[in-house]
Amino acid sequence: MKSLIKQLVETPGPSGFEYEIRDVIREAIGDAADEVRVDALGSLIAKKGVKTEQGQRVMISAHIDEIGLMVTHVDDSGFLRFTNIGGVNPMTCYGGRVLFMDGTRGVIGMDSIERGKTPKLTDLFIDVGATSKEDCPVKVGDVCGFERPFIDLGKRMVAKSMDDRVAAAVAIEVLRRLESTPHEVHFVFSTQEEVGLRGATTAAYGVDPDLGFAIDVTRSGDTPRFSPKMATALGDGPAIKVRDSSFIADPRLVDWMIKAAEEAGLPYQLEVLEAGGTDGRAIQLTRGGVPAGCVSIACRYIHSPSEMVDSDDVENAVQLLVKLLSEPIVLK
Amino acid sequence: MTENQKIQASNIPTIGNRQIKLLEKLCNASAVSGDEQEVRNIVLEEIKPVADEIKVDALGNVLATKFGHGENRVRVMLAAHMDEIGFMIVKKHDDNLFQFERIGGIDERQLPGKAVLVGRDHLPGVIGAKPIHMTTADERKNKIPVDALRIDLGPEIGEKVKPGDRATFATRFKRFGPSIQAKALDDRFGVAILIELLKHAPENIDLLAAFTVQEEVGLRGARVAAYRFDPDMAIAVDSTPAYDLPHWDDEDQNVQYNTRLDAGPAIYVMDRATIADRRLVTLLSDAAQEEEIPYQFRQPGGGGTDAGVIHKTRAGIPSISVSVPSRYAHSAIGLARVDDWANTLRLLYAALVRVTPDLLAGERRG
Repeated sequence: MKSLIKQLVETPGPSGFEYEIRDVIREAIGDAADEVRVDALGSLIAKKGVKTEQGQRVMISAHIDEIGLMVTHVDDSGFLRFTNIGGVNPMTCYGGRVLFMDGTRGVIGMDSIERGKTPKLTDLFIDVGATSKEDCPVKVGDVCGFERPFIDLGKRMVAKSMDDRVAAAVAIEVLRRLESTPHEVHFVFSTQEEVGLRGATTAAYGVDPDLGFAIDVTRSGDTPRFSPKMATALGDGPAIKVRDSSFIADPRLVDWMIKAAEEAGLPYQLEVLEAGGTDGRAIQLTRGGVPAGCVSIACRYIHSPSEMVDSDDVENAVQLLVKLLSEPIVLK
Repeated sequence: MTENQKIQASNIPTIGNRQIKLLEKLCNASAVSGDEQEVRNIVLEEIKPVADEIKVDALGNVLATKFGHGENRVRVMLAAHMDEIGFMIVKKHDDNLFQFERIGGIDERQLPGKAVLVGRDHLPGVIGAKPIHMTTADERKNKIPVDALRIDLGPEIGEKVKPGDRATFATRFKRFGPSIQAKALDDRFGVAILIELLKHAPENIDLLAAFTVQEEVGLRGARVAAYRFDPDMAIAVDSTPAYDLPHWDDEDQNVQYNTRLDAGPAIYVMDRATIADRRLVTLLSDAAQEEEIPYQFRQPGGGGTDAGVIHKTRAGIPSISVSVPSRYAHSAIGLARVDDWANTLRLLYAALVRVTPDLLAGERRG
C-alpha cells in the first residue's frame, strides 16, 4: 500500500484542480469497480456491488483535493503574490517549494517583516526564477500545490497531503479487497473538500445514499506539550468519529463501527474533534437527511508540508471497512 | 459558429441612451434585501414583451425563460441580483429620530452625515452627525458605532415611518462623460445586462434568466432559483470592487486591487464561495480575444456571488461569475465606466453564442 500512498501524495491536486489526481485514482481502481463516473464538480464515483434485500445504498467519501495556492498578481520583476486555497498556514510557507499544474516550480520568499512576528500570507511571494513579468511563465489565476517527497519512516509515513490521500488509498484498497457485499457501495473520491465540502455536497445529492460515511484524517493528541486536546494517538487504530465541528456522527453508526471492530479484533479509538469538518456533514444533510459518520486516520502536523500517519492505522482502517461493507448493516 | 469567426457587429447588443435611462431607473429604485418589489416591477415591465415564460417564485425571484431553436440546446442560467445593501428601521425614539440596522455589508464609518430615503415612498431622512463645532478632538479619532446613530426624519414625515421599513442611500444616478456615479450599481449593472440579453437572446441556447433576491444577506434567492431551473451551466453577472488606486507610499505596492476600471469585464477564477469551472473561464476569455473585447481576471480571493450556491445545487452545476468593475462598492456612491458595462454585455453575448453541448461533454478540468 505504501507505493500507492506515495503515488497519490506526490500527485498535485489543489481544490478545484483535481484532474491529475483523478486520473491516477481511476487508473489505480482499474476494474475493481463495476462502474466509474465523474460528476459536474469533478468527483470520481466508483460503484461496486448490487443492492440485495438486506443491502443498502452506501456512500463512502474520501476527498482527493489538497490545500494549495492561487496567484493573484505578477509584479514587474516576475514575483508572484498569491492567495490560499483551503486552510494554508503562513508559518509553514516560507522557504517552501511549490509545483504549478503545468510543471513550473517555485520557492516561497518573504517581505522583510519585524523580527519575531508571524508572517501573513500577504507578506509572502512566490519566486519561479523569472527575471521580469514578460518571461514569467505564470499568470493570475494559476494554481500550485506544495511540493515535498513522500518519506517512509518504517512504521510511520510522512507527506504533504496525507490529508486526505491516505484515505483515498484506504478507499482504493477496500475496493480491491471487497470480494462480496450485499450493498450497492458508491466510493466517492470527492473534490473541493478543503474549501467547504463542495464536491461531497453534489456527489451525495447524485448518489442519494441510504447511509454514508467519510474517510478522513483527524488531529492527534500525542505530541509533546500543549498538544491538541484530542484522545487520538498515532498507532491506536482507526478513529471512529463521534463528532467534529461540522457534524455529529449518527450514534447508531458509531455503535455499528465499534461492534464490527471488536468482532474482528481490530484496534480502534474514538474521536472528538473540536475544530474541523469532513464530508460526513455533506452526506448527512443531503436531500431528506442521511445517517452518516466518519472513519478517521490520526495524523500529526495537519496542513503542514509534513503530515505524519501510522501505517498500522492505515491497514487496520482497510480491514475495518472491508468488514463493515461485507455484511448487512443493522443500525440500532 | 466556427472558431475565430467573429459575430456580425449588428447583432451584438449595445449600450445607448435607452439602456442608460433604464439603468438610471434601476439604480434610483429602492430594493434593500427582502423587499425587492420596486426593481422587480421594472424588470417585469421590461421583459414581459420578450420572455417566453416568466415566473415570480416564493422568495420573489423573477425567473424568465427565452427558448432557443434547434436540437440539443444547452440550458444556460444567468443570475443577477435585484437586491441592494441598505438599512432597516428598528425603533422610533422621541423627536422622530429612528434607530436602524444595516442590511448587508456596510462600513459604519461611512454613515454619519449621509442622506437616505426611507420606505416605499422614498421619504427623505438624514443620518445625523454631531457638528464639528461641538465635537472634541478625542471624539473625532473614533468611529461612531451604528447603535449611536439615528435617522432624522422630522415631524410629519417621521409619523409615516415604522419599524421594519427599509432605507437606502439617497444618491441619485448621474452620468457624466464616460463615467457613471450611482448607488446600487451592485448589482443593477447585472440586472440591466440580463434584461438586454433577454431582448437579444442567442438562439443556440435556452436562456434562463434569474433576477434574484437576498444576495447581499447570503445568496438566498439564487439557491432556490437554481434548484427550480436545474440548468446545465450558470453564469452569475455581478459588480465587483475596483480598488485600482495608487498606494499611499508607492504606486507599485498596490498588489491588492481586485479589479481595475477601464480594463473591461472581470472574469472570476476563484472567490471565497466558488472555484470557477475552467471550461467556462476558457469560454469567456476565448470569446473576448476572438471578439477583441478587453477583459481582466478578477484577483482570486475573497467575496462571493450567486454562483456560490448555484454550483452546489442538486448534483452540481458548472458555474462562473463575470462582474462589471466599480469603485467604492457598498458605500453611498459608486463610480464606474459605461465602457466596462458595455463590454461586459458584449462579452456575455459573445460567450453565449459560442455555447455548444461539446463545451460540457468532457470532464471538469480544474
